[in-house]
Amino acid sequence: MSSLQDKVIVVTGGSRGIGEAIVRHCAAAGAKVHFTYRSSSANADTIVANLAAKNLSAVSHKCDVASPDDVQALIETVVKAEGAIHGLVNNAGITRDGLVMRMKDEDWDAVIDTNLKSAFTASRAVARPMMKQRNGRIVNIGSIVGQTGNAGQVNYSASKAGLIGLTKSLAKELASRNILVNCVAPGYVATDMTDKLTEEQTQAFEKNIPMQRSATPEEVATVVAFFLSDASGYVTGQVLNVDGGLAA
Amino acid sequence: MSTVAERVTQIIVDKLGVEESQVKPEASFTNDLGADSLDTVELIMDFEREFDTSIEDSDAEKIQTVGDAVSYLEKNAG
Repeated sequence: MSSLQDKVIVVTGGSRGIGEAIVRHCAAAGAKVHFTYRSSSANADTIVANLAAKNLSAVSHKCDVASPDDVQALIETVVKAEGAIHGLVNNAGITRDGLVMRMKDEDWDAVIDTNLKSAFTASRAVARPMMKQRNGRIVNIGSIVGQTGNAGQVNYSASKAGLIGLTKSLAKELASRNILVNCVAPGYVATDMTDKLTEEQTQAFEKNIPMQRSATPEEVATVVAFFLSDASGYVTGQVLNVDGGLAA
Repeated sequence: MSTVAERVTQIIVDKLGVEESQVKPEASFTNDLGADSLDTVELIMDFEREFDTSIEDSDAEKIQTVGDAVSYLEKNAG
């Protein structure tokens, strides 16, 4: 396991799914984790309590990442409490699927604001403290559909494709200050988000995956931890697909 | 109370790690004091914080030297 001993790491959308796995994995690797949740306060409490029982550190923050003010306040709170911030994982994401002819403006805006704009506002907020430290890691959680597209997901896939551009630009902008920015793009992962699909849809999807199964959230979290750790000291601006070979 | 010039000088010394003697009015942040584009943005943000003011991008572009910063801040903040 890549060590994250005493590193202060913020994970957006950390109470469920891939985010929860990232929170748990980072805490187990020794990090001081701060994570946001929007509505799942019971889940957030359980995660904090589970980790505390193992003497691991996680703090939950109720935060709507679509609100730039909330995001700025969150980062300021963490930096004030911990005196540093080493890693940011822009993970918070939602879906509002629908075919384009029927997709409402609100469905587009909600997905772009939560999935893409939040990564911009959070990255902007951490840029200064990380620049002062001359050290930092930002990991954006993309999706394979940001590269392949997916019928019914013009909003979601556009937000995830947008994260790739953001990753590469930010990497170039901040590299001289030793702030490394990468994107982890999962394929099909078993979470609440994909539970919405029917058994039939899931089987059809998995048939197309060379590894013929979906990923566990932990299999994504370990890759995220690599990018947060000192093990990846010369990698920036990259997109790493964790997709069982789907887009290979 | 320090003068605007003294406060500006202190910020530049802290930010860029240069000697106070190098921070002359005609000194250019990028050409003489070794600042890159990120440093100059950070300097403007430090000036904004120190002087509790907001510097528009169009004005910030014109602040190229120590003297530019001092005269802008003397005029617009304090």
